[in-house]
Amino acid sequence: MSYFADVRALARKDLLLELRARDTLPAMLLFVVAVFVVFHFSLPARSSDVAAGGLLWVAIIFTALLGLGRAFVPEREQRVLDALVLAPCDRSAIWLAKALATLAFLAVAELVAVPVFALFFHGLSAAAILAIVLADLGICAVGTFLGAMAVATRARDLLLPLLFLPLAIPIVIGGVGASVVASPGRYLGFLGLYDLMFALVCWASFEYVVTE
Amino acid sequence: MTPGRAQLGAVGRLQRIPLPVLAAASVVLVTGALALVFFVAPNDQFLGFSQRIFYFHVSIAFTAYLSFGFGAWKGLLHLWKRDPDADLESYVAIHQGVIFGVLVLVTGSIWAKYSWGHWWLWSENQLVLFLVLFLFYAAYFMLRFSVDDGPQRANLSAVYALFGVVLIPVSFLAIRLAQNFIHPVVFTRHGANFGGWMLVTYFVTQVAVLALAYTLYRVELAGKRLDARLRRLRESYA
Repeated sequence: MSYFADVRALARKDLLLELRARDTLPAMLLFVVAVFVVFHFSLPARSSDVAAGGLLWVAIIFTALLGLGRAFVPEREQRVLDALVLAPCDRSAIWLAKALATLAFLAVAELVAVPVFALFFHGLSAAAILAIVLADLGICAVGTFLGAMAVATRARDLLLPLLFLPLAIPIVIGGVGASVVASPGRYLGFLGLYDLMFALVCWASFEYVVTE
Repeated sequence: MTPGRAQLGAVGRLQRIPLPVLAAASVVLVTGALALVFFVAPNDQFLGFSQRIFYFHVSIAFTAYLSFGFGAWKGLLHLWKRDPDADLESYVAIHQGVIFGVLVLVTGSIWAKYSWGHWWLWSENQLVLFLVLFLFYAAYFMLRFSVDDGPQRANLSAVYALFGVVLIPVSFLAIRLAQNFIHPVVFTRHGANFGGWMLVTYFVTQVAVLALAYTLYRVELAGKRLDARLRRLRESYA
């Protein structure tokens, strides 16, 4: 399958770049831990564990936003995107590869963030972990797509959070729901539905974002 | 405008109605709707006089959804058929949708105040959904106006408009999942639980608001097209 070979080559390029330059991941890690410390001081002594569980989702969304904001910066600075569009590969492969690379960064950040959260606040249920995994898929699919849109504009970094947060509200609802209720099945199902629908739309329409 | 382009039959016929006729029809319909709402429709059994804002609130909400849908449809036509007018039509429709969306927030807020005593209720799904949609479509303008006029702007706008019609049902579901449903249910699954003049009033108001929205859409479109033509003329004589 040459499509998946293209995706693999492109994703490998991003991971290698990160491995050598270490631009994004250390920033995400530092950011998420700093956010937890801020949360500790913004939750008064008698506030419940439920509140902390909700704030975890705020931390995830904003940490992801930090990584997504950086995702297309190398492409922009070196004008790689023009070359990728000229390359004889399906344009949606560019989106899929970038989403997978961002997903890898976010997953590593969360491998640190979730234990730190457990240490600072409270442990997470299996449903909450599953919700984080499902939410990551949606965050990276939609966020990468919007990141590509944002770098095409003059406003750039300013625009991404504005585009992303309204679309992230359903993810937060599904994630918080799955973390706090007793039977999280509906919320997990909803997150899966979100991932599926938006991944399809992104996959089908990415071509129009990078071409004229 | 462009002869011979593929058009939906009904929309094609609507486009041939002259603007003054549309405007006059809107005035008559809106006046009629106001008269029905204030003088003919009976008071609601439980909510009393304040329930009358429902006629406009729901009509405007439906019109806003329709505008967003129409904008996305025009966006799709731009991407798919490369229809040269579709980008501007999509933008104007979404612009209308945002204006009507703000009116939904305002009328919903007034209704919430008189029914429950608060200007804002997180438990009222329609209001929360329109707040999310307002944020989403406000970002549409930020996106559109930070790209230079041209094919890329049209593409990005169209793709974002398509995201909107995916976001509307997803957000609707999410907000339903997030909280209890305490909005007074006027249309139940067994049909409307009001009859007679209430139904007539709602129907007339709905048609009036749609006519008004379509007239405003046409006015805005005519203005924007005139602007574009003027700009092209200026450039060719410069």
